[in-house]
Amino acid sequence: MPQITVTVDGITHEVEVEPRLLLVHLLRDRLGKTGTPIGCDTSNCGACTVLMDGKSVKSCSVLAVQADQSDILTIEGLSTDGTWHPLQKAFHEEHALQCGYCTPGMIMASLDLLRENPAPDDDAIRKGLEGNLCRCTGYCNIVRAVRRAAAEMSGREVSAT
Amino acid sequence: MTETLETVPEVGRARRRKEDTRLVTGRTRWTDNIQLPGMLYVAFLRSPMAHARITRVDVSAARRRPGVVAAFSGRDFADEQGSLPCAWPVTEDMVQPDHPPMAVDTVRYVGEAVACVVATDRYRAADALEAIEVEYEPLPPVLDMNEALKPGSPKVHEAGNKAFTWKFSNGDVEAAFRDAPVVIDRRYRQQRLIPSAMEPRAVVVDTDGETFTLYSATQIPHILRVMLALTTGIPEHRLRVIAPDVGGGFGSKLQVTAEEVLCLLICRRLGKPVKWTESRTEGNLTVHHGRDQLQHIEIAAERDGRIRGIRVNLLADMGAYLMLVTPGVPLLGAFMYNGIYKMDAYDFTCTGVFTTKMPTDAYRGAGRPEATYALERAMDELAHELGLDPIELRRRNWIKHEEFPYTTIAGLTYDSGNYEAATEKALALFGYDKLRAEQADRRERKDPVQLGIGVSTYTEMCGLAPSRVLGSLSYGAGGWEHADVRVLPTGKVEVVTGSSPHGQGHETAWSQIVADQLGVPFEDVTVIHGDTASSHKGMDTYGSRSLAVGGIAIVRACEKVREKARQIAAHLLEASPDDIEFDRGVFRVRGTQSGKTIQEIALATFAAHNLPDGVEPRLDASATFDPENFSFPHGTHLCAVEVDTETGAVKIRSYVAVDDVGTVVNPLIVEGQVHGGIAQGIGQALFEEAVYDPEGNLLTTTMADYLLPSAADLPDFVTDRTETPATSNPLGVKGVGEAGTIASTPAVVNAIVDALRPYGVHDVPMPCTPERVWRAVQEGAAS
Ligand code: FES
Ligand code: FES
Repeated sequence: MPQITVTVDGITHEVEVEPRLLLVHLLRDRLGKTGTPIGCDTSNCGACTVLMDGKSVKSCSVLAVQADQSDILTIEGLSTDGTWHPLQKAFHEEHALQCGYCTPGMIMASLDLLRENPAPDDDAIRKGLEGNLCRCTGYCNIVRAVRRAAAEMSGREVSAT
Repeated sequence: MTETLETVPEVGRARRRKEDTRLVTGRTRWTDNIQLPGMLYVAFLRSPMAHARITRVDVSAARRRPGVVAAFSGRDFADEQGSLPCAWPVTEDMVQPDHPPMAVDTVRYVGEAVACVVATDRYRAADALEAIEVEYEPLPPVLDMNEALKPGSPKVHEAGNKAFTWKFSNGDVEAAFRDAPVVIDRRYRQQRLIPSAMEPRAVVVDTDGETFTLYSATQIPHILRVMLALTTGIPEHRLRVIAPDVGGGFGSKLQVTAEEVLCLLICRRLGKPVKWTESRTEGNLTVHHGRDQLQHIEIAAERDGRIRGIRVNLLADMGAYLMLVTPGVPLLGAFMYNGIYKMDAYDFTCTGVFTTKMPTDAYRGAGRPEATYALERAMDELAHELGLDPIELRRRNWIKHEEFPYTTIAGLTYDSGNYEAATEKALALFGYDKLRAEQADRRERKDPVQLGIGVSTYTEMCGLAPSRVLGSLSYGAGGWEHADVRVLPTGKVEVVTGSSPHGQGHETAWSQIVADQLGVPFEDVTVIHGDTASSHKGMDTYGSRSLAVGGIAIVRACEKVREKARQIAAHLLEASPDDIEFDRGVFRVRGTQSGKTIQEIALATFAAHNLPDGVEPRLDASATFDPENFSFPHGTHLCAVEVDTETGAVKIRSYVAVDDVGTVVNPLIVEGQVHGGIAQGIGQALFEEAVYDPEGNLLTTTMADYLLPSAADLPDFVTDRTETPATSNPLGVKGVGEAGTIASTPAVVNAIVDALRPYGVHDVPMPCTPERVWRAVQEGAAS
């Protein structure tokens, strides 16, 4: 069995994996990172979205072996020292989640969206999140939350420089 | 005492949700997260045939595969698996076929479980399914309801394809239609839908040899426990059911599933913890489907638009078996085909039909969206026929606000409502007149992109339900809800609720209610739910009932707590209990400043050093509330669509919803429910359909084939409210879980048809895909 080295939320793991093991199953079943859920088997729902070396991927469509030597960030690693990331805060403030099953993926996809476009308009947010399905919210509040987080994040960047 | 921030009532505040903390940080407890020592994984082999006799199942090769602990066929469970329950025998002569959790002799839909493997991990379990050999002798599929009812049709069950015929009639319908100046006669198809909660179903069962603990992604841990006990013979007190965090349900997790029963049986047999998690493909095949009705609606009306009577005839596809409330779903609509309108006669007939498809059952709204769709579509046809504005037609027929309480032709008493107010507000927000002017202009210009305006005025019955009414409808259980309120020594409060949330925000809303009722801080309340060991009694969450029934149980329990506290306060203050008044957490001797806070009383009760004679040292209280009536939210939804007549593309330009859900506990949660409901209703109108091919194979097994609306498909919704409190409960609440879904589907389709009227189009079947819209334009133009 191939051995891989993967860093997940700041902790480096060396694990033996079957070549066919999906990254999401490595995370959930082997490493106990159950914050990232699975919603489908055809890469349509986005529930499993994580960042791999800074870019969002659907962890159900990446093999664990492909994640060798990579740095994975999941929803569980997003807050720092107990302080929520602006996206986590904004999702809470704007009531952008109900059952919360899509939320980890939605937040991680939004993080990537804001990296590429720090000030998206509503259309850009809606298009950017097209690959993440939510059955509960009707998306209105998700769009608001991303907008709100974008404002807070750019504000912070501005004050930092 | 001056008003401080803390004394602002909690009910009505847009509190951010307590449950978010774990949900936005990934600390959520989904069933599939659970890993137990020595846990085994179950995988099911499912029928590829819609209808066949099983002539041979051989699991022996699968047993020899690596990592495999056991493999079973239906025959292995035949003696103990019982029949999956149907709790709603709607007529005395209803055909209720045996429904084995795992097929033994015959399969009746694609996806029915025929065998299973138990292995040390999920990959090995899935691998070993390949080694199972099954031989089938094909039988003819039964897919079309009309064909199924013809003599000579192949039979799904020996007793025939008709499950039941159920009728309701009030007033002289014949007379209403005889010589009616106008009759609208329409047929609509409620396509089959797949509920598609984002969390797939999952089950974990553990045992210590004596008792069984079953975790399930379910809406109904309490009902499930009773039903599993009855089905498997495991005594109820040895069975604990836990619904951990549940990722959406929409009715699809209101079920006693084959997999829950089978995992329990497997665990009992092997004495080991087992887990099963469905794939989305399995889910699309085997989570019960929704809707699937053929509707025939006729309206008899006067020339001025006043309705004389309505006649409805339904065929409802049950699928292959009757599941928990399958036959009752279309009948929930029976009381809603009259909507918010007055009339003298009403006649409803529904025939349930068996087909070789996945069974149908509750899906958000359950019967009421179907009824509202047919009625509101037909009302628009009537308006068109009479040359009346659709709003004006509704105005001429609806119950006026001063006429409440009003007993409808369907026999329900609507306690309150104000259709005028909601409609006025919606029209203003929407800019109705301006959009009508733009529509006229586009028609004039023969703009290839036409504007359509869709109206939907709805009510629904929720707060399921008065137990007596359920009894009169032959439902197998009551409709009460239970709550325990526990006051801890430090004055903090635990609320145990029998309702079982899966996204609705009960932990927040219930805390708000208790904070007001006991005068404790919102933060000092914890809500416990979804575990039969801590919450022994409940009727669970569905039918927009949690607040209107479960919320009231909490109020009643709090009243009892206050009463106990008053006795103790009086004793401590050396006053008569009659002189003690309660004000925001303080029990005070009337007319004085002398008082005790509820926290002080809690501590004194804990110490129990100085309690009145005969008073037990506890403030805790329980209440079980059985409502006397349903509640009747209502609202007006308006939708503007742009329809490209050359491509058939539909774009929702604006959507306005004004809902009246009575008193609002948390406006944020209410708005969220409305948003999500609208999106689901739009899904039915534009995108979603479960499609079976002529052999009975489901074609829409993935999210690539069964299209759920994405963010890019939907507009921002404008929502607002009117607040006409329900008179049937002390909070004045009505319920909001299903409102959006009920209202939005007809609003959207009415808008599309309205856009295409100049093209001779009078209907577009759902889902209104570009192709269907384009065809309707072509056919309309040709006619
Ligand atoms: S689980 Fe990965 S996209 Fe659905
Ligand atoms: S919050 Fe439930 S799926 Fe998005």
